[in-house]
Amino acid sequence: MKDLIKIDHLRTHFFSDKNVIKAVNDVSLRVREGETVCVVGESGCGKSVTAMSIMGLIEEPGGKVVGGSIEFDGRDLLKLSKNELRTIRGNDISMIFQEPMSSLNPVLKIGQQIMEPLMVHQKLSKKEARARAIELIEQVGISRAEQIADSYPHELSGGMLQRIMIAIAISCGPKLLIADEPTTALDVTIQAQILDMLREFKKKSNMSMMLITHDLGVVAEMADYVVVMYAGKVVEEGEVVKLFESPKHPYTQGLLKSKPIINQRQDELYSIPGQVPNPLDLTESCYFHDRCAHCMDICRTKQPALKEVADQQKAACWLYEEAVVHV
Amino acid sequence: MSDALLEISHLKKYFPIQKGLLNRTVGHVKAVDDISITIRPGETFGLVGESGSGKSTVGRTAIRLIEKTSGEVKFKGINIYDLPPEELRKLRPSMQLIFQDPYSSLNPRIRVGDAIGEALLDHGLVPKAEIRDRVLEVLQSCGLSSYHIDRFPHEFSGGQRQRIGIARALVLNPDLIIADEPVSALDVSIQAQIINLFRKLQETRGLAYLFISHDLSVVEHLCTRIGVMYLGSMVETATRDELFKNPLHPYTKALLSAVPVPIPKLKRERIVLKGDIPSPSNPPSGCKFHTRCPFAVARCKEEVPEFRDAGGGHFVACHLV
Repeated sequence: MKDLIKIDHLRTHFFSDKNVIKAVNDVSLRVREGETVCVVGESGCGKSVTAMSIMGLIEEPGGKVVGGSIEFDGRDLLKLSKNELRTIRGNDISMIFQEPMSSLNPVLKIGQQIMEPLMVHQKLSKKEARARAIELIEQVGISRAEQIADSYPHELSGGMLQRIMIAIAISCGPKLLIADEPTTALDVTIQAQILDMLREFKKKSNMSMMLITHDLGVVAEMADYVVVMYAGKVVEEGEVVKLFESPKHPYTQGLLKSKPIINQRQDELYSIPGQVPNPLDLTESCYFHDRCAHCMDICRTKQPALKEVADQQKAACWLYEEAVVHV
Repeated sequence: MSDALLEISHLKKYFPIQKGLLNRTVGHVKAVDDISITIRPGETFGLVGESGSGKSTVGRTAIRLIEKTSGEVKFKGINIYDLPPEELRKLRPSMQLIFQDPYSSLNPRIRVGDAIGEALLDHGLVPKAEIRDRVLEVLQSCGLSSYHIDRFPHEFSGGQRQRIGIARALVLNPDLIIADEPVSALDVSIQAQIINLFRKLQETRGLAYLFISHDLSVVEHLCTRIGVMYLGSMVETATRDELFKNPLHPYTKALLSAVPVPIPKLKRERIVLKGDIPSPSNPPSGCKFHTRCPFAVARCKEEVPEFRDAGGGHFVACHLV
């Protein structure tokens, strides 16, 4: 399979008075054609910032992509002008956000918001765009499409709005869909509907998907390939079944163990001690060392590199470094 | 039952819908519609349901934070809706509430120590000189350090703030804690820490919880008995083992099958519900679930199913069971 998007050594920093926050710190990942890659991590690990960097949504002077490259279909997105980027955004790459309630314009009718990208990118006339918009609303499983097209966002429920967001995102037949926590704000029964729908669209159109989530259950259901992030870095990545069966990095192991699973009761849940480090206090070390049960001397002073540790599985951990004498 | 700590019977809470210049009441949102729950000392009752099912309203009416429409709530055998305000106030320390959002439930301008000690001072439970000691003690049992006492809320992470929320409730030595989605806003690794804390506190202090959550995996982990709510009504209650092994109501089955399980390639039979939860201001006739129920028959549209014992204290409201 061909790489559709290839991110190499991406670094996105945010600047406050005197400090630099390295939100994305040397992240490399790729999504192949027709593949679903899930990016997992806790709040503040840089997963959303990675997505925003791809879309060119990091606004200066607050933040800036300071290094690396994002190659999409043979072109480096970071080198494109604003106008060139605009022809790709919403057309070849589209994005769904976490909060459907706040990502739609409250004063525009639903229909108009679906028609906009169709008229801009596909050059459809107003009439054609409206017909297509109604088709799309039906495609995402909403009945009374005509009526919905003429209503405002506040008249619809969260699940319906997320369907509308998906309709907008797939309207131009994107090659890559980036979904940033698309079901986090929704109820479980609605989440199941939305995930089923995303899976179905992907199958039908051979679209690639980058799904950002913190829910390991969602990952297991949707992903082909998983990337685990911690404090702005990729700590582990691998094929989904292998990663869930034998996670290598202590953080991934901890995450998997700490999630309660229905019908697998434990007396006490495993929990990773401590908390995510303050992004301002990061020094040359493994960023997970102070929460890790296997911490060695080298972990406190040197950063491990992401290396292949098993077939189709990479981890950044000194435990798998042969030169290090295990204590 | 006389040994019950909290006994909610046939509780109803209707919110009026007002419209027009004269604010005339044109209808009611039946947020809680005939709910009965009994919680014994040291027990954890889990209340599950989707947003808009009325589970938070049950929590609030159960300790009279908002007034009921009808029904009865007894706490330690005392009908709390009969009490005059001063008497109710004396009872308040023994029933406490923990909120979902640890960011908005703490006053950003009050030091953590003062926020925790405030209620002790207010209720005059402990002499002023001893308050600091009590606060320190409770901070420690919630997994915080003594130097945290003089800090402000913004200096804490989400998980730590939730610990502060728990400490505020705990300092009064309550018998009952109503926890309204206490771990929903937290990350997985922090969520596990807080769940363990809830458990530990229950073991050491014999607390009873009314644990409100939409996350069935968390509820299974903590609760001894579970009630499932849909549009203001209870559709099923059973002990934890019974509910998870043998769910009877189609809604419970659908909820259970909708939770994503972190095991890839696991083939499960999933009941995917169609559509959204209907508006509680205009609930469907008969069984409120019939519009989304994959097994609905004609009878469900007309007749309200009785909430009855299907054997061994497993209550369910469904015509088909």
